[in-house]
Amino acid sequence: MPHIVVDPVTRIEGHLRVEAEVDGGAVKEAWSSSTMFRGIELILRGRDPRDAWAFAQRICGVCTTVHAIASIRAVENAIGAVPPPNARLLRNIIMAAQVVHDHVVHFYHLHALDWVDIVSATGADPAKTSSLAQSISDWPLSSTSYFSGVRDRIKAFVARGQLGIFANGYWGHPAYRLPPEANLMAAAHYLEALDFQRRFIKIHALLGGKNPHLQSFLVGGMATPVDPDSQAALNMETIAALQKLVADGLSFVTRVYIPDVLAIAAAYKDWAAIGRGVGNYMAYGDYPEDDNAFPKRFLPTGVIHGRDLGKIDTVDHAKISEQIAHSWYDYSVGDERALNPFRGETSPHYTGPKPPYERLDVTKKYSWLKSPRYDDAPMEVGPLARMLVAYAKGDPPRAKALIDKVLTTLRVGPEALFSTLGRIAARAVETQLLVESIGRWVHDLAESMGRRDYRIQDNSKWDPSSWPQECYGAGFHEAPRGALGHWVHIRNGAIVNYQCVVPSTWNAGPRDAQGTPGPYEAALVGTPVAKPEEPLEILRTLHSFDPCMACGVHVVDATKRELARVRIT
Amino acid sequence: MTATGLREELEQRGISRRDFMIFCGSMAAVLGLPEEAAAAIAGAVETEARPVLVWLEFQDCAGNTESLLRASHPTVADLILDSISLNYHEVLMAAAGRQAEDALAQTVREHAGQYIALVEGSIPSGADGAYCTIGGKSALQIARDVCGGAAATIAVGTCAAFGGIPAARPNPTGALSVADAVPGIKTLINMSACPANAENLTALIIYYMTLKRWPPLDRLHRPLFAYGKTIHDSCERRAHYDAGQYVEAWGDEAHRQGACLYKMGCKGPATSQNCPVVRWNEGTNWPIGCGHPCIGCAEPNFWDTMTPFYGRLPNVVGFDVGRWIDPVGLGLTGLVAAATALHGVGEVALRRFRTKPGEDDEDA
Repeated sequence: MPHIVVDPVTRIEGHLRVEAEVDGGAVKEAWSSSTMFRGIELILRGRDPRDAWAFAQRICGVCTTVHAIASIRAVENAIGAVPPPNARLLRNIIMAAQVVHDHVVHFYHLHALDWVDIVSATGADPAKTSSLAQSISDWPLSSTSYFSGVRDRIKAFVARGQLGIFANGYWGHPAYRLPPEANLMAAAHYLEALDFQRRFIKIHALLGGKNPHLQSFLVGGMATPVDPDSQAALNMETIAALQKLVADGLSFVTRVYIPDVLAIAAAYKDWAAIGRGVGNYMAYGDYPEDDNAFPKRFLPTGVIHGRDLGKIDTVDHAKISEQIAHSWYDYSVGDERALNPFRGETSPHYTGPKPPYERLDVTKKYSWLKSPRYDDAPMEVGPLARMLVAYAKGDPPRAKALIDKVLTTLRVGPEALFSTLGRIAARAVETQLLVESIGRWVHDLAESMGRRDYRIQDNSKWDPSSWPQECYGAGFHEAPRGALGHWVHIRNGAIVNYQCVVPSTWNAGPRDAQGTPGPYEAALVGTPVAKPEEPLEILRTLHSFDPCMACGVHVVDATKRELARVRIT
Repeated sequence: MTATGLREELEQRGISRRDFMIFCGSMAAVLGLPEEAAAAIAGAVETEARPVLVWLEFQDCAGNTESLLRASHPTVADLILDSISLNYHEVLMAAAGRQAEDALAQTVREHAGQYIALVEGSIPSGADGAYCTIGGKSALQIARDVCGGAAATIAVGTCAAFGGIPAARPNPTGALSVADAVPGIKTLINMSACPANAENLTALIIYYMTLKRWPPLDRLHRPLFAYGKTIHDSCERRAHYDAGQYVEAWGDEAHRQGACLYKMGCKGPATSQNCPVVRWNEGTNWPIGCGHPCIGCAEPNFWDTMTPFYGRLPNVVGFDVGRWIDPVGLGLTGLVAAATALHGVGEVALRRFRTKPGEDDEDA
């Protein structure tokens, strides 16, 4: 039985290794291993909680806003700070722009090459490509001469013999199915999306000073002053710039991204039955629409068990736990136990093979990720989980309408959503849903400024003397890759303990104490493998989750013995 | 490729000779070169063989990779299709697993002593290298193998340049900078900041391709064209600092009018970087421009020496100027402290910001 090792898994964020047993042309069993960590929670101990967002933000530079958001929410929850309405709106715009940006980059630059044979594009007929493009969208960059130019650029690049990032790709692999014309169209959009992402993210520069790693977050609000009558604050010129960027974003998503997803999905419809995964889904919900203590959220919360869309449970945070039976950590209470993050106890203990190594012993511990569980069950989180919860609840109605439209176009039923293709479709639908919503929050922000409400921060809780001597807080967020939670314990104005349970930990975690595989591991089972030496199909299912491993691996509580060995430079 | 060939290719893609010269001119401006350098840049980009680069990621967050994707002149597409050959980059490359590792090994073998290594992320020395492995090999081994055979190594971002956040107290994994992990590298350039600004990184590459040498560096191995002045020296709010006009609370009138963020914890006086000039995301904005203090992210150990971020210089914990600031910076920091003390005395007498709309009229 061939044993496949894919390490590094590329076109992801961070360091992921997958080992798989292949039998009869399909994956029989798979193991997901994360091979890097830094220990940011430990580094956070003893620090000023108002600084925590900047540290936590560096967990990930791709989803560069999400840990900052979860962190300020956790600290606000602990100290009782209440961000004013302008801060809520600024955050909603920033969060939604992050999701739109991330999903577009994921589809074109991290995932598309699993479906698109870019070398085959050199043999495409530009006239036919033009007809194809114009049959699926009214996007203006679709003329024969345009595609001719793109084809010639790729041809010239290939002819020069330096293939760079495209070297050693799986070009010509039997699993590629698109005609050369569709490959050329996708290649053109790969390049256009590179330009798009660079421009669209100026929303973050306007509201956060820079991207990546925006720098306008504050515990209690935002640092971006608003004042329509000042040139040094967010004013009507900024509003106009935001409106233009949002309009361009809406245009690109509606006329390029969505039609491309539908076109590629139509050619690979069998992937709607591949990569089904654990079948449990969880979403915390996000995008508060009002300033109540328990606000209405644009994207709703919920838990789905066993693909049953007829019954949506409410998330109970007390049911979240982490296990380490197959993770390189020790629990003082025993490695078979599960601990809630508020009691999170973590100390690393590497017991894997000494590098360099060929194989991991997957019967033992084999990952730097823990295994998060909800009510002892593995949960898939991410765009698919969010869209399934929204679909089942009919909230927001636009989500259900968009999903039904996709299902009708592809002539499949809702069961097709539980798949590799379903994740791709859900991500596209969510992008459409959010890019349509940003404009509303920009409008609300302008209206608020018009009412001369310039509050951006809860200054009453800025001084640590206003905080309880000891307090606990949790902050939740729907990051592009799924449900994210930060837990913080503060004493005498300093962080005592900090814990994160992160989307890619939920999805990429190893088996638990009962031997139940995590979502990646479960989804890979049954994935076809035409050529074990070129594991293209394994990448398809893995990439459908949009792995973000630096996010997933973060927990470390070094033992004294370990610290003593470390050379501090 | 010949100059004519490139020009024809650009024209086919709708990029006129004029557009191209404008690009070269803007690169010259970023690099601080005289105007006639634009012609030299154009010549270099058109005629030279594409240099081979490999991009390694270790204890990173991919923030510098994302920053590279935001490059505007040249864009990342123009860079990797036309200017350089990026033979290994885990986030962008099509190949995975064995095929990816083969691409790296082949480059190291076939272009020995000629390729440029870019490193993102720190390198852990603890647990025999098990805190970061790629293809079963430790980051430490990969860094030594790849950087050791490179013509030059560029440490992109503060983690690779100085250890960054993984090396922050208590440095749980024994994280090292490239310089400490691979002692004796021939040519090492540190492009610090969190992340490094893409415009500075592309400027560095164009500098090398144009002038056939690396730029002069400060004592922390950072190019003077991007790290030669402090944030404070070029800050658009400097006049407010000189006038003693400070933000006192988030969202107050001074904050809305763009006053100095020194009292809110700004580390601009102790941070060398060209943020105020180049700004971010095609010059759209920068942190101080959107109302938040500088956190000093281009400096070594800033997670320990510049925190708490909202504490005032020079009273922040661990602010030990003598240890790492350049002599120039040291003098400046002393000056800042003295000047600030002066301001503290005199500021009450200085012009206050209007507190209500319309009050300005009365002032006038």
